[in-house]
Amino acid sequence: MIKFEKVNKIYPPNTVALDNVSFEIGPKEFVCLVGKSGAGKTTLLKLLMAEENPSSGKVFLGSQDVQAISHKHLPELRRKIGAIFQDYRLLPSKTAYENVAYAMEVIGASDQEIARDVADVLDIVGLKEKACNFPAQLSGGERQRVAIARALIHRPEVILADEPTGNLDPYNTLDIIRLLLKINEFGTTVVLSTHNKEAVNSLAKRAITLSEGKIIRDEKIGRFIL
Amino acid sequence: MITSFKRVFRFGWHGLTRDGGMMIANVFIMTMAVSVVTSLFLFGNISKFIISNVQEKVDVSVYFKYDATESDIMQAKKSIAELPEVEEITYVSKDQALEKFTAVHKDNPVLMESLAEVGINPFLASLGIRAAQASQYEAVVNYLENSNLNYLFEKIDYYQRKPVIDRIYALNASLNKVGLAISLIMILVAALVAFNAVRLSIYNSREEIKIQKLVGASNWFVRGPFLVQGAVCGFFAALISLLLFVLLTLGFNSQAGVLFPDLHLFSFFMSNFWMIFLVQLLTGVILGTFSSLVAVRRYLRV
Repeated sequence: MIKFEKVNKIYPPNTVALDNVSFEIGPKEFVCLVGKSGAGKTTLLKLLMAEENPSSGKVFLGSQDVQAISHKHLPELRRKIGAIFQDYRLLPSKTAYENVAYAMEVIGASDQEIARDVADVLDIVGLKEKACNFPAQLSGGERQRVAIARALIHRPEVILADEPTGNLDPYNTLDIIRLLLKINEFGTTVVLSTHNKEAVNSLAKRAITLSEGKIIRDEKIGRFIL
Repeated sequence: MITSFKRVFRFGWHGLTRDGGMMIANVFIMTMAVSVVTSLFLFGNISKFIISNVQEKVDVSVYFKYDATESDIMQAKKSIAELPEVEEITYVSKDQALEKFTAVHKDNPVLMESLAEVGINPFLASLGIRAAQASQYEAVVNYLENSNLNYLFEKIDYYQRKPVIDRIYALNASLNKVGLAISLIMILVAALVAFNAVRLSIYNSREEIKIQKLVGASNWFVRGPFLVQGAVCGFFAALISLLLFVLLTLGFNSQAGVLFPDLHLFSFFMSNFWMIFLVQLLTGVILGTFSSLVAVRRYLRV
């Protein structure tokens, strides 16, 4: 499903973000990327979304070499991925409903499909009542749930969650982790980047630990050890 | 395809109505740009109108010898009228010249007494010749001086008027050149100001553009709403500018009439209403969409 092949990423002049990283993630897996800030977790996810290019090595999503995809065809790759960010990255001028609907609108879904699916997904994330609220009118936890709804509405093959609980209190953190597990149970591959020790330990899922751009541990049932 | 268009238009409209302050700022700056272009368009046309009006009042008069008969003069008139440069030719007989003089100077007893003292009509019959353009008078005069009718002419009143004619000709030519240069500079400045306003508002949306791209939107899906916003701002700027110029031309109608009696500013504006609105609309919409198109480009590289 996802494959990193001897990937190096060096930011000019000589900051090594990823150092000879290789690993594979199978379909329907739930994988935690663990590491301190600056370990290379976010860079890894950015390479997967073609937001950045590796200095050397290859990144595959399915059978596609991500960096070989032309700029014109990048939207097609990104539509296979649902992305969740620590800072939510919601569109501030759109309501919760419109933010979620946007992911379907870009793929050309019909208005009827959008009306049906968005209502369902907002119900799943518990925000049906706040569909007409703008992001500024929502709490941090609610914003993150809108971001999750947007990430899963178009049924992507993979969900990449970059520190989704970084700005949330423990109650909301647990809520978001539960949601991600539920999404994974439906068959979507989930890659969760986090430095939340409790979350990683309670999940008991595969954990890849990064330190200074290198993979130092890759365990089937991972523990948060740095 | 139609669904995508509908969505792009809806996003564009929402972007404007939900960020009213930015919309007002953009429309205001674009109104200024459209108004600059409208003023240049108006000044260009008004100056042409004034110059052609002045040109209409300039002519060359050919005075006939005292003993030239009316049939000689009519033959000369026919021959001169055949010249392609000649637009209009008017005959003033000796009696008409006297009548004109008397009408103008009837309140001047010295002149009237002098005229009575002479005893006869001292005025000469003349032809007033008007060329299509000021530059053509020289050719008309050359023809007259070298024609076989030359023996009939007492005087060709061109060299006295030549400086005036030349000045009008030079003024017309330099107005065209200077007007074009000023117009180009002003249009460039106005376009740059409007472009920067649009660029600034798109700069504020750069994070949103990035998010849209990461969610999987194509370049056109992201760019489209900004083009719609640019076009809508341009449309409103054209409407406001139109209203502004209706009021300005109405307000300055009488003042302009004092300076140029033949110029009726408001009627001139209204007679060119649709042309002016078209110029404003095209300026506004093209400026808005083009600015958006260029400004949004650099943020699409995600």
